Amino acid sequence: MAVATQGASSGINSQNTRTLLRVSILFLIAAAAVASRLFSVIRFESIIHEFDPWFNFRATKYLVANGFYKFWDWFDDRTWHPLGRVTGGTLYPGLMVTSGVIYHALRALTVPVDIRNICVLLAPAFSGLTAYAAYLLTNEMTTSSSAGLLAAAFMGITPGYISRSVAGSYDNEAIAIFLLVFTFYLWIKALKLGSMLWGALCALFYGYMVASWGGYAFITCLLPLHAFVLIGMGRFSDRLYVSYTTWYALGTLASMQIPFVGFLPVKTSEHMPALGIFGLVQLVGLLQYVRSSMSAKQFKTFVITVLVGAIGIGLAGLVGLTSLGYIAPWSGRFYSLWDTGYAKIHIPIIASVSEHQPTAWPAFFFDLNMLIWLFPAGVYLLFQDLRDEHVFVVVYALFGSYFAGVMVRLMLTLTPIVCVSAAIAASQILDTYLSAKKPNLEDVTDAGSTDAKPAKTSGLRVSSKPAVGIFTLVSKALVVGGMVVYLLMFVSHCTWVTSNAYSSPSVVLASRMPDGSQHIIDDYREAYQWLRQNTKEDAKIMSWWDYGYQIGGMADRPTLVDNNTWNNTHIATVGKAMSSSEEVSYPIMRQHEVDYVLVVFGGLLGYSGDDINKFLWMVRIAEGIWPEEVKERNFFTSRGEYRVDAEATDTMKNSLMYKMSYYNYHSLFPAGQTVDRVRGARLPDQGPVLNTIEEAYTTENWIIRIYKVKDLDNVGRDLAAAASFDRGQKKKASKKKGPRVLRVD
Amino acid sequence: TPWDKVLINLYNHYIDETPQRTKLLDVFLVFLAAVGALQFLYCVLAGNYPFNAFLSGFGATVGQFVLTISLRIQTTEANKSEFPQVSPERSFADFIVCSLILHFFCINFIN
Repeated sequence: MAVATQGASSGINSQNTRTLLRVSILFLIAAAAVASRLFSVIRFESIIHEFDPWFNFRATKYLVANGFYKFWDWFDDRTWHPLGRVTGGTLYPGLMVTSGVIYHALRALTVPVDIRNICVLLAPAFSGLTAYAAYLLTNEMTTSSSAGLLAAAFMGITPGYISRSVAGSYDNEAIAIFLLVFTFYLWIKALKLGSMLWGALCALFYGYMVASWGGYAFITCLLPLHAFVLIGMGRFSDRLYVSYTTWYALGTLASMQIPFVGFLPVKTSEHMPALGIFGLVQLVGLLQYVRSSMSAKQFKTFVITVLVGAIGIGLAGLVGLTSLGYIAPWSGRFYSLWDTGYAKIHIPIIASVSEHQPTAWPAFFFDLNMLIWLFPAGVYLLFQDLRDEHVFVVVYALFGSYFAGVMVRLMLTLTPIVCVSAAIAASQILDTYLSAKKPNLEDVTDAGSTDAKPAKTSGLRVSSKPAVGIFTLVSKALVVGGMVVYLLMFVSHCTWVTSNAYSSPSVVLASRMPDGSQHIIDDYREAYQWLRQNTKEDAKIMSWWDYGYQIGGMADRPTLVDNNTWNNTHIATVGKAMSSSEEVSYPIMRQHEVDYVLVVFGGLLGYSGDDINKFLWMVRIAEGIWPEEVKERNFFTSRGEYRVDAEATDTMKNSLMYKMSYYNYHSLFPAGQTVDRVRGARLPDQGPVLNTIEEAYTTENWIIRIYKVKDLDNVGRDLAAAASFDRGQKKKASKKKGPRVLRVD
Repeated sequence: TPWDKVLINLYNHYIDETPQRTKLLDVFLVFLAAVGALQFLYCVLAGNYPFNAFLSGFGATVGQFVLTISLRIQTTEANKSEFPQVSPERSFADFIVCSLILHFFCINFIN
């Protein structure tokens, strides 16, 4: 018996038990990560959310149905109607290919799963991998065995990452964050070992990342920055040379394989830091080599000449090539990160996206809870023992914080490093208070009554006291208990946020009835289904660009513009059609062969994300192209108010958007009580009159209204005259005058 | 002049201190540099019309160059302490794997 118990107790700390614990903890973390992302699937159903994922889903279906090569050369003639989109060359194929591979792998294993379910559940599956990658990355940073597991747990459930990776959120970020963290892990590994193989692996995963998300530029800039800071700190080493050059040479070639990226790595400013540091690393490597064979004085001359010459030439070359136009300057999206006022003035289409706004403080606490205050502590702790890989965390933390402060969306890239450094701080606390052994007190005069005895006053009183305060059971229990409470609160916060804020599919709107039961408003799918079943296969739908992907995905009809905002003028055309009067819009719609116009109207239900609230952006974007014809000023009253009621300006009342939104709306209410519940405005009894389009469908809650564009009049009248004739309005009795128009034969 | 001294010093140091195998690598490096320079010159003179072809050719030489230097660094005795986990055989295997990846990308990119 005694032998057996001894064996068991020594087994508790043995390597095997630890490994078992580790593996099971990691599995539990992965399970928690997956489980916390399933709220929306359980509550609603397994569908794709939001807007962008609908395109990814559609592309994935195309890939699965037609094979890889067809997908690669896919010309999509059902978007951007007259133009079409060279889809194979304008998307990041990583996401689609990943789910395609999973789809076929599961089929090969005789588990035929619907492609929709793979797409819906891809993000939760990858979040488990992300947690594992965070574990690996953190283990590279610290020797503490708990930090990695903590980081994995944080990464698994923190809302900052869940917000973009719930089930159904089939977006590029779903796999990109895993690739980001894993690439960083491989980079750190390569740097530590100075191994070409790890560098090559890093480059391969970097290539995969490039194939998946436009945010790869973050890696492209962060790794050179890390290398640069290391060089600046005098920490250049052969390991840095090997890992950086291997990564750059292979990674750049790998990134150029993606058609959407193509020659960008040699032609745009975003990629120039990597190239510049590549050159600098060569130079410093050469100097390092030469140094061993020269006297100090000779070396000095050599260094100054070579370094100054080369850097000067490099910088001059960069400036020259940029100003000559060989190297493209920063793109607007990237530039607006530095000059935060730029987008609002010059590119309204970037500023119009709600994710591109600056982040408010509460968002940080909301998304990261206690991690946000452990984060700086972790960075500080890493400063204390500043190894090469810690420099990376510091650099990443600085840049990640800046970008996350400038743009809400980039909270996502900050989250991994917050998890890593918060885990380091938390594990430091736990290590200190859990496993710190009571020091041997023999050198202290009296171990029993330490604080009672002032001891011999040979110096400062503090130094003569033994440092045993934190070793008492009470202090340990107090601090560890506090930490545990915080950790538990973190879990409950994360679950609450995920459940309440981030798990609603924007396709179906949920509302609560007075008795607490749930009421689902499913107008979007109702309308799209109507379009799918009751219009001809190639009927062109005009709507604002937000709904382009959903129409393509759910209604399967060609659209004029969609969420891939590559052609600003085309979007402005739609904006002009929406914001002009019918006489102006009708020719535009005819020219673009529009059959149906779709508007989103939330006035009846109080759904605030409708097209009247987005209307000013349409006006602004149109004004950017046709400043003479569309003027934002005209949509405001003389007192500068944006109104929709009787006080609204004539331009507003005559605009197609206004007419489409409020057409027949007054018929729902008794006279004098027509109310728009979003704007809180009382509308006039007489609704707008439509001449060139007719109402085709309006959903149950009036959220989506679809109008059919009328054909030309048979008799050749203009449609306004024809419509007024149909309404029985007599033409104004004109005096018998001769015809005013000359006939031209 | 100081520059002559520097260069002579460098040359003597190189001849005396470098082992045979490393010199062999250096010949390869010189060759790669020459090929890269020729390609670049041709690109400057004749234009860069199939730009992907230029990039993959030039990228191949540059990539191979840095990989060879990495091999050279890792196999140099003096750098032993920097790479405790990389034996010369291991670094040669790494070199081969990386070169294969590099050439795969280049051949794919040259079309």
